[in-house]
Amino acid sequence: MKAILGKKIGMTQIFDERGRLIPVTVIEAGPCTVVDIKTLDKHGYTGAQLGYGFVKEHRLNKPQRGYFKSKGISPLRYLREFRVKPGEDVKVGDQITVDVFATGDYVDVTGTSLGKGYAGSIKRWGFGRGPSSHGSKYHRGPGSLASRDASRVFPGRKLPGHKGNERVTVKNLRVVNVDPEKNLLLVHGGVPGRRGSLVIIKEASR
Amino acid sequence: MITVDIIRQIEQAQMRKDLPDFGPGDTVRVFFKVVEGGRERVQPFDGVVIRRQNAGIRETFTVRRISYGIGVERTFPVHSPRIEKIQVLRRGRVRRAKLFYLRGLSGKSARIPEKRR
Repeated sequence: MKAILGKKIGMTQIFDERGRLIPVTVIEAGPCTVVDIKTLDKHGYTGAQLGYGFVKEHRLNKPQRGYFKSKGISPLRYLREFRVKPGEDVKVGDQITVDVFATGDYVDVTGTSLGKGYAGSIKRWGFGRGPSSHGSKYHRGPGSLASRDASRVFPGRKLPGHKGNERVTVKNLRVVNVDPEKNLLLVHGGVPGRRGSLVIIKEASR
Repeated sequence: MITVDIIRQIEQAQMRKDLPDFGPGDTVRVFFKVVEGGRERVQPFDGVVIRRQNAGIRETFTVRRISYGIGVERTFPVHSPRIEKIQVLRRGRVRRAKLFYLRGLSGKSARIPEKRR
């Protein structure tokens, strides 16, 4: 299965074999342990739950501790489920490492975007702004909300509100380098989230 | 491992340690590899270093020369593998780190005195 959990380390630049400077994001990925499997008979689909990251046992609550104990696996910080193609041989306790990916593969990376807090419509939706001066009293407002005939605001109207801190997927990033020894994955371009945040890496959907 | 160290390691592995020590005011010859129609050849570029900026793997330097009466500046990444080598032709004595003032000068006033040793 071509999916793994990892931690965003940060960005840098490297020179490729032709001497071009390319921006990369460094991700520390895996090793992940298969904690649970979903079968066609029992659950109606095939999948695998992966666990990643060290966590101290006393940080878990009792049900979580019991869950890991029943699987015979030492506690892991993150648990995420992935679909597995029927027929693929995945067992509980299997290790998934970065070498499921190779240089040149294309991947989709999911993370939690940077939180921007309560943002106005200029930052959040890219609205234009009013003049700063010359007697203008309209600066960064959202403009008109609807026509007078409508007598109401239509749902989905772009207004100020919370921006960021949501699940974002960046598709089709090229894997620039894989270091199985240090569990590192270098992908071309940026990846959502802060440094140190969890990222989910999957084979590109298309 | 601390996250900053991982990045430092990756960058360190890409850095070049074979280049001579040079700075602003020095006249250098940069042998830069260019791909022309599928063929690679080395193109030398002579001139005065007018700045070095950034640090680590991102470090770049800018070389200025007067070519057929027109000022030409090229910026190279210091650690680029496309740089075959750098020759320091002359050490210049300058009193600032960025020599942008050279752009407004020409002829005699644009000369840089040689560093005395």
